[in-house]
Amino acid sequence: MKDTINIYVQQDSGERTTLEVPTDMNLSVMEVLKANEFELQALCGGMAICATCHVEVLQSPPLPAPSDDEAYMLESLPHATESSRLSCQLRVSPELDGLVLRIMPEA
Amino acid sequence: MNNITTDICIVGAGPVGLFAVFEAGLLKMHCHVVDALPAAGGQLTEIYPKKPIYDIPGFPEILAGDLVKNLQKQIEPFHPTFTLGDRVEHLDKQEDGSFILTTLAGTQIACKAVVIAGGLGSFEPRKPAIENLEQYEGNGVTYMVRDPETFRDKRVVLAGGGDSALDWSIYLAGMCRELTLVHRGTTFRGAPESADKVASLAEEGQLNLILKSNVSEVHGNGKLENVTVMIDNATPQQIETDYFIPLFGLVPKLGPLENWGLELEKNAIVVNTVDYSTNIPGVYAIGDMNTYPGKLKLILCGFHEAALMAQSAYNIVYPDKKFVLKYTTVNGIQEI
Repeated sequence: MKDTINIYVQQDSGERTTLEVPTDMNLSVMEVLKANEFELQALCGGMAICATCHVEVLQSPPLPAPSDDEAYMLESLPHATESSRLSCQLRVSPELDGLVLRIMPEA
Repeated sequence: MNNITTDICIVGAGPVGLFAVFEAGLLKMHCHVVDALPAAGGQLTEIYPKKPIYDIPGFPEILAGDLVKNLQKQIEPFHPTFTLGDRVEHLDKQEDGSFILTTLAGTQIACKAVVIAGGLGSFEPRKPAIENLEQYEGNGVTYMVRDPETFRDKRVVLAGGGDSALDWSIYLAGMCRELTLVHRGTTFRGAPESADKVASLAEEGQLNLILKSNVSEVHGNGKLENVTVMIDNATPQQIETDYFIPLFGLVPKLGPLENWGLELEKNAIVVNTVDYSTNIPGVYAIGDMNTYPGKLKLILCGFHEAALMAQSAYNIVYPDKKFVLKYTTVNGIQEI
């Protein structure tokens, strides 16, 4: 099994940045984005309570369904879409290889 | 309104704010603690009281709620005073270098030093990105229902899909002249009985329920007159209304201290790691709300910051006394 995967961050211009991400460090996608210095507040640090790490999944292998906490938070956001997720709740695993996301502007 | 005089005013009653009382108390400085939440403990009490924490030195595992209880017990000998459920709005520096802080409810706290231990900040309503929305705040746009009577016999548009949107729809139905709930989704994830009640109110004609839609524009002339609802993201519909109440949950913000003249970087207060002082002499920032090269948002780092802060604040509170570090193993805890 590969020990790194690729995650792609799509800018508004359509350009994609490739991130090579280790799968053995128990990272969340939010932590990966922060570590790569994307503009993301991620204020609460991963507890699914602030929604300042909101992303839209543009393309992906099947993802685990959001937990109740995450789904509830997404439901309350004004600009969430059908494929919105909180990046702090997405664990980096080999299954996420090829994920394309865009960082949502803050409400 | 009441007035308090103390040595140090601590803004934030989370774990780091509470431990700052301890470190200050060892140096015979009295503290008053203010927090917007109604109970001490900050996030630990409010958000995850039952979650175990594993990185508190000396505790292989401790529940967040228990850590708060222990901290409260630990600071008892220093008799801190508290203003809870109220938010500090203003910081005014006096000519003699001391400070007066004023809360929303009008309480004034006079102190020699200020310690900001505000954690994530205060939770404020999340505002949808609608052009000119802020222009109508207080003139038809509001983000919470303080007094439902305000809306009696008025036309009201609510937006949101969470519990508060459901609860207020139920409460205000029958009370308003016309009530509309706009929700982005097709279902509600809130309490099922509330969702059912909202559906039946809509059937009875007491509530105009618009699903798969967003409020996209607000219009008026000084005062709100109507909102545009984008139905199914395609068809605009104008609704005449007196009030528009977006209910999209809460998001942590720095709040009023954003306007105190503190040097900020990415929503955090820049501090000097020698003593965690800010750019305003006499004002310190410790815990999750500060930033410096290498900052880690950990409770244990906040504890360390509290200890160094207290040493420095001692020079402000007791300018004529020399500071001598005393170990608690040698001196015990001297009540103040």
